[in-house]
Amino acid sequence: MKDLIDILDLSTDEIDELIESANDIIKNPDNYREKCRYKKLATLFFEPSTRTRLSFEAAMYELGGNVIGFSEANSSSAAKGESVADTVRTVECYADIIAMRHPKEGAPTVASMKTKVPVINAGDGGHNHPTQTLTDLLTIKREIGRLDNLTIGLCGDLKFGRTVHSLIQAMVRYPNVKFIMISPKELRLPEYLINEVLLRNNVEFVETESLEDSISQLDILYMTRVQKERFFNEADYVRLKDTYVLTPEKLASAKQTMRVLHPLPRVNEISVEVDEDARACYFRQALNGKFIRMALILKLLGIK
Amino acid sequence: MHIDEITNGIVIDHIAAGKSMEIYKLLNLDALKCSVAIIKNVPSKKMGRKDIIKIDEALDVDLEALGYIDNGITINTIENGVKTNKRHCELPERITNIVKCKNPRCITSVEQEIDHVFKLTDRENKVYRCIYCEMKAKQ
Repeated sequence: MKDLIDILDLSTDEIDELIESANDIIKNPDNYREKCRYKKLATLFFEPSTRTRLSFEAAMYELGGNVIGFSEANSSSAAKGESVADTVRTVECYADIIAMRHPKEGAPTVASMKTKVPVINAGDGGHNHPTQTLTDLLTIKREIGRLDNLTIGLCGDLKFGRTVHSLIQAMVRYPNVKFIMISPKELRLPEYLINEVLLRNNVEFVETESLEDSISQLDILYMTRVQKERFFNEADYVRLKDTYVLTPEKLASAKQTMRVLHPLPRVNEISVEVDEDARACYFRQALNGKFIRMALILKLLGIK
Repeated sequence: MHIDEITNGIVIDHIAAGKSMEIYKLLNLDALKCSVAIIKNVPSKKMGRKDIIKIDEALDVDLEALGYIDNGITINTIENGVKTNKRHCELPERITNIVKCKNPRCITSVEQEIDHVFKLTDRENKVYRCIYCEMKAKQ
């Protein structure tokens, strides 16, 4: 495997291997401090992102490597009209591996076809975000101890939420995983994911508009933000943004073993009082993001 | 109605009735100097009605493109007035620059030089998706 564009580029065995590698990094950080010495990661962020970019950069620095790149399209040659293909052909002269975020869907695919160095999709519009999914899988494995036999609640924006789409695609490959999809009808999961992923894999799922009615059944509650940047129409965004807010009262009926995940950033969909609850693991999840990216960088660079 | 037999050329047969003009345009047959006959709504035992295109010139046909439009099509090669080859179209695994991705969020919407490539993701329902953004191709 040269690149990671879509979570399905990885087999479940490869995901297990990455999770194992990340767990070893967590346990023995000193063994990894020099692994990427003299290697450079280029972070090409054509769209602003704080945590994903910082997470990639922290991952590379903790492996002893260096980072070059840009954090918004305006500070890159894209502002002058350069194509993605030309940008990566240039960047491959200076870097050993590329992490790319782009507002247009499929831009990292174009990049991977045009360059010899590994390309990691760090989010392409509302499409894929595979390293977030790896982060989610590592978190579920570390918090719950398994990736099978789970009831997963997905709550909020299931239409534009790329993290949700990738998580579903990854999780349907594990036995006995059931989804409860909690969203307003305007933000339901796209029809192609229902038909071509859930139904095709005979995965049990329920669509509901009520978080309160379903929370007690869940092993995982995956909250998402209604993202302003995914709407063409501001009025729709304003109408839907406050649909679901997780509060300690709603959490009261959840299992003690349930875990609340969120890809962050949060706006107001999880009240800050929930942060102190042991079931809230979104900040541990953010930390896991660094470790799984370290494991991924090592794998794509072929470093043991 | 009488259409002359062709000596050297191809006959595109078993076209679904009404689709022949689409194929005419797709294969740029208007650019040919030779005789081209479009025969519409021909009675067919198998199909009820079908279209046929006869081209009076040897021509390499883009089977990939034809297979995408109508995978029931057959292509007969005629040499010296005799049928020498008959090929059936199949649904291609990939199609390049035959349909355009209509997703305004797709990278192909802003970078003009990128090929529009779709792959077959559901053979039974003939679903093609953009290799970049996974949007379904509109037929």
